[in-house]
Amino acid sequence: MSDDYEPQSTVAKWIDKRLPIITLFSGHLMQFPTPKNLNYWWTFGGILTFCLITQIITGLVLAMHYIADANLAFASVEHIMRDVNYGWLLRYIHANGASMFFIAVYLHMARSLFYGSYKEPRELIWIIGVFIFLLMIATAFMGYVLPWGQMSFWGATVITNLFSAIPFFGEAITNWLWGDYSVSGALLTRFFTLHYLMPFLIFGLVILHIWALHVPGNNNPEGIDVVKGQDTVPFHPHYVVKDVLALVVFMIVFAGFVFFSPNILGHSDNYIQANPLQTPEHIVPEWYFLPFYAILRAIPDKLGGVIAMVSAIAILAFIPWLDSSKVRSCKYRPLYRQFYWLLIADFILLGYLGSQSATGIYLILGRLATLYYFLHFILVMPLIGFIEKPKPLPKSISEPVLSKEEQLAKSGQTA
Amino acid sequence: MDTKKDIDTAETKVTRRDFLYLTTGSFTVVGAGALVWPFIAQMNPDASVKALASTEVDLSPIMPGQSITILWRGKPVFVRRRTEEEIAEAQAVEQTDLPDPETDETRVQKPEWLVMVGVCTHLGCIPLGNKGEYNGWFCPCHGSHYDTSGRIRKGPAPKNLEIPSYVFLDDNTIKIG
Repeated sequence: MSDDYEPQSTVAKWIDKRLPIITLFSGHLMQFPTPKNLNYWWTFGGILTFCLITQIITGLVLAMHYIADANLAFASVEHIMRDVNYGWLLRYIHANGASMFFIAVYLHMARSLFYGSYKEPRELIWIIGVFIFLLMIATAFMGYVLPWGQMSFWGATVITNLFSAIPFFGEAITNWLWGDYSVSGALLTRFFTLHYLMPFLIFGLVILHIWALHVPGNNNPEGIDVVKGQDTVPFHPHYVVKDVLALVVFMIVFAGFVFFSPNILGHSDNYIQANPLQTPEHIVPEWYFLPFYAILRAIPDKLGGVIAMVSAIAILAFIPWLDSSKVRSCKYRPLYRQFYWLLIADFILLGYLGSQSATGIYLILGRLATLYYFLHFILVMPLIGFIEKPKPLPKSISEPVLSKEEQLAKSGQTA
Repeated sequence: MDTKKDIDTAETKVTRRDFLYLTTGSFTVVGAGALVWPFIAQMNPDASVKALASTEVDLSPIMPGQSITILWRGKPVFVRRRTEEEIAEAQAVEQTDLPDPETDETRVQKPEWLVMVGVCTHLGCIPLGNKGEYNGWFCPCHGSHYDTSGRIRKGPAPKNLEIPSYVFLDDNTIKIG
């Protein structure tokens, strides 16, 4: 397999000479040299691309039937559910698709954190990824507002009121956001417009993300640089098949939600039409926002809480410089690996606490978990690089596999 | 000659791999089709539209020579109570004079009542009543003339005005659709 792909047919040659799109796609989607030791944690990139495309296509179709008007939005969603051909299916795919998207993105990020994929020379891939994550949050939040149920309305109220914490200009900014003196139809139409726009911005960033990835190439479970040719295989068919297999498993879980429990990840209050005169008893965001919601509530100060929540996401962008270790993969970082799992447990705990009312033990735990979340990044990450004695790195990505085989062969002989 | 040996030569042998390719391919095609179907079908008229697909009309206020236009499936339907002269005129026409030959009898259930979709068969405009060279309808868009039975007589339209399916529930009520 050479990198210099030559189109074979006359038509392909004609096109490629004028617009080398065939060479581009074949270079980046077919022959792209990929480390031969990637495990299944590397399949989430493809899965996320599938999620984005699914959300865009189902979203376009739903927009054909949805009406962004405070008086008609709720009824138009019910119209989609009851009248539109397969409307129930399309909406359930879209709603659960958002959850599946976040499951995949959290696993994708956890993969990068474990194997040090954010480190030199891949800092920019990671930072673009943080921006994609930020846009995903905004898009998912605005999408949740569109059905104009009770959770939509009061979620929008709570989140837009975060801006009122800004000193001096808070009220002016929230009124500007609302286009009114409260959450109303003006906000709904602008949220619909932005919800429609943002997936395409995400798509643009995804292209930059992949472009930036294809300069140094993939990281790998050993976290060491690969030798092109010796350590790599072409992306197609090796990783296309691996990605498709993972995607099929992912789709089975996805379909399980859509067909068997489409509302389990949602909140029943959102099937009550928005009522500006009554707040539901428990305001809970969608599950994928819960850890950040717990951080918001952990700080006993309005402005402080907002700053903490925003910082919890913003700090991710600085990870490439906060981590002082030269070793990428946690496989060879015995000390940091333990703190890595502590962070994952902490994040899951925050998610659980976000779903509980912020009182008593939950509030205390919430504060401790928030404290650790930030300490991990600003203290643990920079310090461990100096303290830790990493395990010796293999000379090539083949070494761990080969030595394992040798050991197996030896134990086979002795047995 | 051993026929079994012939089948087993490399070129003709059906392998497990062939079977796997075929089944994988078939499942992919069926799956893709099943997935695409809802995205196509969602554009078809939905249940709320289908629920409005029939309309009942009270004929009692209509005097001979009068006609009303009612909305059915978003389209105008002309209901005309024809005079004796109009009926006679419509029945007297020679079939050879018609671009789209149809007798008046096949276009009505009761000669007095002409029920038809008021959409010009050329490009969808609504023809005007009591107009045109044949004392029937005239389409202002591109000049199609229809007679007292709603049949095309002159102009670019290819077909007679469409007759919707309808039934007389009693002497004074029809149900269209």
